[in-house]
Amino acid sequence: MWDYTDKVREHFLNPKNVGEIENPDGVAEVGSIACGDALKITFKLDENKRIIDAKFKTFGCASAIASASALTEMIKGKTIEEAAKITNQDIAQYLGGLPPEKMHCSVLGQEALTKAIDSYLGKKEETADKKIICECFGVTEAEIERAVTQNHLTTVEEVTNYTKAGGGCGKCSDRIKAIIDRIYSEETQIKKPSAGRPKLTNIQKIKMIEEAIEREIRPSLKHDGGDIELIDVIGNRILVATRGACASCMASQATLKGFVEAKLREIVLPDLVVEEVTQ
Amino acid sequence: MKTIYLDNNATTMVAPEVLEEMLPYFRDLYGNPSSIHTFGGQVAKKIAEAREKAASLLGAEPDEIVFTSCGTESDNAAILSALSVNPGKNHIVTSRVEHPAVKVLCERLAAKGYRVTELPVDSDGMIDMDAYRRFLTPDTAVVSIMWANNETGVIFPVEEMASIAKERGIMFHTDAVQAAGKIPINMKNNEIDMLSISGHKLHAQKGIGILYIRKGTSFSPFLIGGHQEKGRRGGTENVPGIIGLGKACELAYLNLERENNYVKSLRDRLENALLKKIPRCKVNGHRQNRLPNTTNMSFESVEGESILLLLDQYGICASSGSACTSGSIQPSHVLRAMGVPYTMIHGSVRFSLSIYNTEEEIDFVIDVMPKIIERLRQMSPYWRHEQEACSSV
Repeated sequence: MWDYTDKVREHFLNPKNVGEIENPDGVAEVGSIACGDALKITFKLDENKRIIDAKFKTFGCASAIASASALTEMIKGKTIEEAAKITNQDIAQYLGGLPPEKMHCSVLGQEALTKAIDSYLGKKEETADKKIICECFGVTEAEIERAVTQNHLTTVEEVTNYTKAGGGCGKCSDRIKAIIDRIYSEETQIKKPSAGRPKLTNIQKIKMIEEAIEREIRPSLKHDGGDIELIDVIGNRILVATRGACASCMASQATLKGFVEAKLREIVLPDLVVEEVTQ
Repeated sequence: MKTIYLDNNATTMVAPEVLEEMLPYFRDLYGNPSSIHTFGGQVAKKIAEAREKAASLLGAEPDEIVFTSCGTESDNAAILSALSVNPGKNHIVTSRVEHPAVKVLCERLAAKGYRVTELPVDSDGMIDMDAYRRFLTPDTAVVSIMWANNETGVIFPVEEMASIAKERGIMFHTDAVQAAGKIPINMKNNEIDMLSISGHKLHAQKGIGILYIRKGTSFSPFLIGGHQEKGRRGGTENVPGIIGLGKACELAYLNLERENNYVKSLRDRLENALLKKIPRCKVNGHRQNRLPNTTNMSFESVEGESILLLLDQYGICASSGSACTSGSIQPSHVLRAMGVPYTMIHGSVRFSLSIYNTEEEIDFVIDVMPKIIERLRQMSPYWRHEQEACSSV
């Protein structure tokens, strides 16, 4: 039994806007019967270019029906620009959340909306969008990329929950993994040069280090009965003293380098060095 | 709301007589059957009685009955034992439509280096016997084929298959979890070496099973420990479970006729009415060669989970082979192996009945089901009403 929210149940049992609008301004059909869910949406605009009516037809499970019903409710009254901003997370949120294995229903909704808007705007589908990664469910590279970036997915399993890709024979798991890896390596590359963090004054630096120790580092160390104390900051050298269990722990050096230093580099400055002082 | 339970291939109600029989062994008669004192000894006697009743249902000797914790344990124990007592052989023959208790185990064994052949089935879910003969080799250690399929109810000719294996000196195991209590089983009339049964599919409790091991069959135990079950399954006995299962086997034997007449007539009534009232639906699996209590039907252009949840609104319990209900992204491996098209596979529903169902219940489902299908079809982008015209042929 799936753990559906009351809102999902309500939209499944009494779906809003079932049907098809004749002569619609926007129309899209996504999914396929082989995949187990499919959605057709149609919408009509009023003279002010706001969506005055939207309808859906869907083949799918309870959460697919609920997601489609929610989507049509959400876009009514919106302009095309406003509607285009709706993400699959918004659809899931509107329904009070979806089980992880059912997130692909919200993704299907967003996909249908984007395509319907494109059809209104007269956009042609780009051919680059057509590179199929998952043969079993016909999921394209672009669809996977979008699901990964919008939902911060990091594992193949999550991608399967959101797009179904990889849920069949599983042959494409390596390719999905490669897409995930590429997206995150691109992100860090983009961040690095543009980040160009402003030079910190010594006072600012110490303050940030203190905060990072307090918020991110101390709770973890305390969990194991240990602690550290900030003694001094000289340039990029951070002098700390170990306390509690850390003081007598054989592995404290590894903790200081592998965890404390790594965390401080990540949060404050990439070229910090942590050194232990014995008192 | 009254529950109309049509999901007996998933699990069954514990029969009132079974519960009655078990209760004292939770409360007052808690002795260990292995103890020397009378207090424990009386429990051992009751277990021996249960073993006799279980043997009677199967036409077996009491010594051939080993109580286990479930059907899955019995399946695992049988296959792993067969491999262990045939150390030189590296090949396993099974089918594409086995229960995960066999299927997933065999997949694991394949990953460990065993060669596994999965026999295909035809569109009626029947096994190709010529292919079966061809696949058996001198390297084959064991054949494991279910007696009846849990999803479609299709019955396999396991007795004939066991004899073919025997001629070649190959061990034969069958998962009879769905068959036991629904169709006659007489181990005196066949050459099956090992057979698995699960208690909760025949009105006993969950967490108890049987592995039948034919006298003279080499066996290497799965659970190693005490001398219980003559050293074939260590661990203190699940006393109330065994006693309940004994009673359930006795009842199943007495009810076999009712299962094959009354339950079958209810199943046929349901199936025929739905086929007549609902356009574009069909039965999955061989119509004759089938368990009397099971029907697996596909309704085109609608999805199984939606059907089940709408049935649930009326208190009707059934199950489906659709992707959304199979616990994975892919729909039922059984229906896929049979080549059921995707347009039908996602809209499959299994009704599995028991002797506790009534005609009124079935008529209620016959009344409700067409409305549910129509409602979902109205919502489906694949449903066109003009389809109906050409479908009534």
